[in-house]
Amino acid sequence: MRTAHNLIVENDDVTATLVSPTKLSRPEVMAEICHHLAPFQTGEKPIVGATVIAKDLAIDSLAIMDMVMELEDRFDISIPMNVVAEIHTVAELADTILKLAARR
Amino acid sequence: MGLFDRHAGLLDAYRDVRTTGSDPFQIRMERVLSPTEAIINGKKTLLVGTNNYFGLTFDPSCMEAAIEAIRAEGTGTTGSRIANGSYSEHVALEKEIAEFYGKKHCMVFTTGYQANLGVISSLVGPDDFLLIDADSHASIYDACKQTQAEVVRFKHNDPSSLDARLRRIGDKPGNRLVVLEGIYSMLGDSAPLKEFIEVCKKYGAYVLVDEAHSMGALGEHGRGLSEAAGVLDDCHFIVGTFSKTLGAIGGYVVSDDPDFDILRVTTRAYMFTASLPPSIVASVRQALRVVKAKPELRKQLWDNVATLYDGLAAQGFKLGPEHGPVVGVHLPDRMTAIGFWRAMLDAGIYVNVAVPPATPNGVSLLRCSLCAVHTSEQLEHMVEVMTGIGRQMGVLPPPKLRAVSGR
Repeated sequence: MRTAHNLIVENDDVTATLVSPTKLSRPEVMAEICHHLAPFQTGEKPIVGATVIAKDLAIDSLAIMDMVMELEDRFDISIPMNVVAEIHTVAELADTILKLAARR
Repeated sequence: MGLFDRHAGLLDAYRDVRTTGSDPFQIRMERVLSPTEAIINGKKTLLVGTNNYFGLTFDPSCMEAAIEAIRAEGTGTTGSRIANGSYSEHVALEKEIAEFYGKKHCMVFTTGYQANLGVISSLVGPDDFLLIDADSHASIYDACKQTQAEVVRFKHNDPSSLDARLRRIGDKPGNRLVVLEGIYSMLGDSAPLKEFIEVCKKYGAYVLVDEAHSMGALGEHGRGLSEAAGVLDDCHFIVGTFSKTLGAIGGYVVSDDPDFDILRVTTRAYMFTASLPPSIVASVRQALRVVKAKPELRKQLWDNVATLYDGLAAQGFKLGPEHGPVVGVHLPDRMTAIGFWRAMLDAGIYVNVAVPPATPNGVSLLRCSLCAVHTSEQLEHMVEVMTGIGRQMGVLPPPKLRAVSGR
């Protein structure tokens, strides 16, 4: 899936075109987060960027950490626990994932 | 917003629990009769939830040692180990535990909780990495809050999950400390320690193993999972407790690290609390001698584990994944678990009830812990009682009807 990152190509332009399709997009990250949060949805209210994870959803702190662990493996990043503690909304979680994935 | 408003959700859940008529979190032992029996609600009750794995709380030699120590040195030390609270006996106890493990150093703490809290939070600091199993004990989680190291959880008992997280750290500087438990306290399952150690070696990570529930129970000499798995030398730190197999209270950590003693002046949970009273130190020293002298207690414990685990499994109960001194019985939800727990108490059997958020994956459990001195009759009776309650509550299918002639 992410093998393009490992390709070493002499020509810079070619490298750029190879890497860009595998770069994470925000909608992709949002979709993945929503997928993992769907089981905890309450009522008809959709999960959006402004959704406050611990408040608007029926999810406890342990389940949040378990969900984060799934996302970590999906995007091959680690989100330290102290960073998780600072995340409140779905949008903030997406930002954190994009930031950590870009640093990889 | 009031001070207690943040706990509103928990309060609701707790109210639910209490409406069943008996509060599992405020149970009173009116009188403890032996390691396996107590008077609860005016009734003689079988104890199968006290972590008293070898039944040493009433061992006459341990009791006598404690009484003698009180007569000789009084009821308490009234001071911390770095002030007036270090007696010759504390030092002797540390030496004996170090010898028990074949390690060079040992530090004794006033509780097992403090041992994990203090040691783990002192070992790693800014720019270090602390990796913990997702099902870690609260004392390990609390240690995470007291360190500035980056804390990352890996999937329970999954060496490949640890591998991925160590790999992602890459070549960043800083120490890596991996924290594992010999036997996990809720489901009684043990860590695949050998595989974990291989991963740790691959990335040069330090290993700390908490043997709270496995000391005494596992290994040829009862040193725990690290001994049973043959990796004692690869474990940089081993933490344990005096409050389970050794029948008292307190905690310890052993290590071969030459600079180990610096922990005595860096570990706040060691420095800023009173040391263990002489009676506890004396009974623990004697209990350690009993553990060494009576390996048959370990065999009795595992025989009892087999009686309960296999008995319940044969009736169709869903249990933890393997035989262990802790047997976790899965129940479908919180209220069923509490109702089941209460029905058992009414029938004269005490176990622990464990419900979210204290359990992994939101499961509701009856947590049974075995004792070497349970009799097989007591445990067979327990299986019968639980089977009856299980059928009444619809947790187990109705009994298979045998073909009955003449009807």
